[in-house]
Amino acid sequence: MIQITNIHKAFGTNQVLKGIDLSIDKGKVVVILGPSGSGKTTFLRCINALEIPDQGVIAFDDNSLSVDFSAKPNKKKLLALQRKSGMVFQSYNLFPHKTALQNLMLGPTVVQGVSKADAQAQALALLNKVGLADKADLYPFQLSGGQQQRIGIARALAIEPSLLLFDEPTSALDPELVQDVLETMKQLASEGWTMVVVTHEISFARDVADHVVLIEDGHVVEEGSAQQMFELSTHPRTQAFLQRIES
Amino acid sequence: MLASLTSALTDLLALLPFMSPDRAQIVIDSFWPMLKGGIYYSIPLALISFAIGMMIALIVALIRIVPRTGWLHEIVYRLARIYVSAIRGTPMLVQLFIIFYGLPSVGVKLDPFPSAIIAFSLNIGAYASETVRASILSIPKGQWEAGSTVGLTYLQTFRHVILPQALRVSVPPLSNTFISLVKDTSLASLVLVTELFKQAQIITARNYEFMLVYTEAAFIYWGICLFLTFIQGKLETRLDRYVAK
Repeated sequence: MIQITNIHKAFGTNQVLKGIDLSIDKGKVVVILGPSGSGKTTFLRCINALEIPDQGVIAFDDNSLSVDFSAKPNKKKLLALQRKSGMVFQSYNLFPHKTALQNLMLGPTVVQGVSKADAQAQALALLNKVGLADKADLYPFQLSGGQQQRIGIARALAIEPSLLLFDEPTSALDPELVQDVLETMKQLASEGWTMVVVTHEISFARDVADHVVLIEDGHVVEEGSAQQMFELSTHPRTQAFLQRIES
Repeated sequence: MLASLTSALTDLLALLPFMSPDRAQIVIDSFWPMLKGGIYYSIPLALISFAIGMMIALIVALIRIVPRTGWLHEIVYRLARIYVSAIRGTPMLVQLFIIFYGLPSVGVKLDPFPSAIIAFSLNIGAYASETVRASILSIPKGQWEAGSTVGLTYLQTFRHVILPQALRVSVPPLSNTFISLVKDTSLASLVLVTELFKQAQIITARNYEFMLVYTEAAFIYWGICLFLTFIQGKLETRLDRYVAK
């Protein structure tokens, strides 16, 4: 569905991404693993234009959009790229001045011009899906971390994106709340959403990922199916990484 | 009814130390002219200047925050900085005199009230722009990012996500600015606006009761500011409804 080619990104003199390729198939779950500082979050943010790559191409197979970053892309294209994907942040980043329901309604009403009533109905359906319909009128500060993150997921779904991006969605959560969020993500995967997930949850990757990518030092070290990566890999750096994370 | 009430009040005032029936009568007689000066001139002066000043402040703050691209923005940015520096670096009274007494010599003749409005608005614009800018910058970067990931443009994110949160942060410091402004409107007496303090000066010119009348003027200012502080409290409570306590 999406072809990402040769993404480079530097912050000042610090070259974070050194040419990353990735193809994401429709309805598949791609999990990106890697040690901290490897560039995996930066890469994810490039897909959403939260970071603008220095070079590289992001192209959608259906020819709906292709952005080449070698030339400075215009604002319109960047906005279109942004609107292709929904993002779930490590720190939720809900809008604190809006209720759960209003958090979900902002994108559809302002961007897509959906009427208030329609947006509200859709938002309620999404809250229901993540099991939080009864929290619709609460403000984020009145919700637990796990609930906030599920609202964050529902908010990403509300703009009806082509794919969902997750940036370490459970890293800021108390251990007992992690499972709720992972369950919600598994449910989305089983519904056929295309997902790219940066995470340290190896068990989630084992259970859910169709494709696993290991990034280190701005390069893709190895990629393949979950089975290939976790059981059959002989790549020394993959093994070293898995050992570190599982010990 | 009102007459009997004021006479009762006059008797009561006469009982205070250093007071006499004559002086009590002066206090009562001066009250309405001064309060009227406040209601007709001081408060409108403050409200109008604050409204215009806030618009200037928001524009200046935005000019200084939005990432600069292109030479035009660069020029506007520099001009905005010079404006803030010049206004903050010179006394308001001097600015007021330049506008009211100075401009006529270059052919711009303004009435007292508009002169004061211009001077106060420019001042509020410069001072409040710093407050507004700081409030906007105090909103975490993640909020900008969250706005853009739900598809909002820069300006839409600013309008729907950043500004409402920045507003909450800026209410206490801006209330401070506004209360200062209410008191600074007394400077307008020097360019012949017949506001509260000008009325006090007119009255004392007749009866030479400086201590009495100026103290009374002070109490009226205080009363107005107490009322404004009360409004500020209400506003803060309303804006704080989404913040954990």
